[in-house]
Amino acid sequence: MEIVRFIIDNLDIIGARAIEHISIVFLAVGIAVATAVPIGIAITQSKSTADTVLYLASMMITVPSIALFGLMIPLLSPIGHGIGYVPAVVAVVLYSQLPIIRNTYTAITNVDPALREAAKGMGMSTWQRLRQVEIPLAIPVIMAGVRTAVVMNIGVTAIAAYIGAGGLGTFISRGISQSDPRQLVTGALAVSLLAIAADLFLALVQRLLTSRGIQGDVTQ
Amino acid sequence: MIRLENLTKHFGPAHNPFVAVDNVNLDLPTGEICVLLGPSGCGKTTTMKMINRLIQPTSGKVFIDGKDTGTVDAIELRRSIGYVIQQIGLFPNKTIEENICVVPDLLGWDRRKSRMRAKELLELVGLQPDLFLKRYPKELSGGQQQRVGVLRALAADPPVMLMDEPFGAIDPINREVIQEEFLKMQKTIRKTIIFVSHDLDEAVKMADRIAIFRGGKLEQYATPDDLLARPANSFIEDFLGSDRALKRLRLIPVRNAMQTDFITVQNSDSVESALERMRSSGSAAAFVLDAEGVPQSLLSAQVAGARSGAVADHAEPVKGAVPVSGDLRHAVSLMFAHDMPLLPCVDEGGRLAGVMSYRSIVHNLGHGETA
Repeated sequence: MEIVRFIIDNLDIIGARAIEHISIVFLAVGIAVATAVPIGIAITQSKSTADTVLYLASMMITVPSIALFGLMIPLLSPIGHGIGYVPAVVAVVLYSQLPIIRNTYTAITNVDPALREAAKGMGMSTWQRLRQVEIPLAIPVIMAGVRTAVVMNIGVTAIAAYIGAGGLGTFISRGISQSDPRQLVTGALAVSLLAIAADLFLALVQRLLTSRGIQGDVTQ
Repeated sequence: MIRLENLTKHFGPAHNPFVAVDNVNLDLPTGEICVLLGPSGCGKTTTMKMINRLIQPTSGKVFIDGKDTGTVDAIELRRSIGYVIQQIGLFPNKTIEENICVVPDLLGWDRRKSRMRAKELLELVGLQPDLFLKRYPKELSGGQQQRVGVLRALAADPPVMLMDEPFGAIDPINREVIQEEFLKMQKTIRKTIIFVSHDLDEAVKMADRIAIFRGGKLEQYATPDDLLARPANSFIEDFLGSDRALKRLRLIPVRNAMQTDFITVQNSDSVESALERMRSSGSAAAFVLDAEGVPQSLLSAQVAGARSGAVADHAEPVKGAVPVSGDLRHAVSLMFAHDMPLLPCVDEGGRLAGVMSYRSIVHNLGHGETA
């Protein structure tokens, strides 16, 4: 009951923290989509490049987030952003690369070769083929990668509270340092709910972006 | 017109290449269908793909209507050539309308014009535009998809079409129907078509000319009838099979093979007088017709020779008749099915127009054979 009262009393602060949280994750994943999708498409041209890039992206994801934040302090300090919002966004951008690159790469390489051949034989340029056939067909799988990235990074961003990035992680870090279960549970609950809500929202976006002609073909 | 001149394709290292297509020369007149035929790996598909430069020739040239296609931008070239593949390759993310309009859209046609065209084309193959334009490929049956695949290639009205085993993925019953449909359509559209197949029956049915490939070489290039009657070498003879004479049956129209010197008799006539008339005219049978001229029964000379009495007592009922527009395969099939050594040939109204006998069939098949 104490926790419920705490939540009700602090709804405005929770809301403000949630918005900070969302702004970090969505800005960073937005940047990640803009980089990882083109990279994922580009590496379909060469198997060895693809292997290298996917390997690097996998290594990236194995670095613990708390260590990554620590590493970025000296790196980003010269531009005055050793801690706070910027390193949080940078970390999320880096963590998002693997799921999005990997899914884009897999989706594009799995496009039926017959479709590629038909598109080429009818006189589509490489770019037209990508835009009209390959990317539309890859959308469900790419979006699945984006959803993985978002859900995963809502968790990573909670840790970013330790470098002063704000967000819902603030409740958790304070809950721990002040031995206050109300804040701790509130933070954990809010992070989980946000992850579920974001995933449902992106599932809707995925549906809207997917042609009706291929809907239901991919179960994600 | 399509002309292939010394067309050659090597794959692999230059010092030890695999010769996929070896110096192929071929002329195909406008409006005809040329089937490239041969076992797998014989170079037929490679040859076809060099025409729209999906594969770049190592040497040699391809001319379309006298123009060297090597001087045209590959993408422009492909937009001017219809392309149908075995896997159909309809884009699942696009509606039927969008699929048909792919090339017109690439060419920058006015939207209204291209959408109108899609509607006309669907009507041409009996698919109701209202029902199909806005559907997606997965909502169509295989046969319907294949029809749309052909329409898509026809959308921008290209003079030349390349078809890579276009009906190969369809079940045999639908394949026959679609082949017929396509041939009917070809009568009006008169495209110049290169058609890859590994099915001899399909080739004989579809082709104006057949090009047989082996090991990258063009072994023989001839009309189907010529090919079946006069295979150039033992490889082709083997490829055509021991029943190649039977395959020719399809190529000979009933109209050309039937005898027209039949005689007609009345049921009340005597067998003797009928036999007398048959002997004097040299025909093998006499037919009893009804008032419209439709054959009812027939009396063969053989039966008449051994019997006496009225025609009505000995004439056998006509159990089947082949339309004069049919081919010999149809006629032979009816003869076997109904055990009728003499088969009446009838016009559109079912009226007797001629008679077919084993003898006339053998005579027609023998004609043109060297061996």
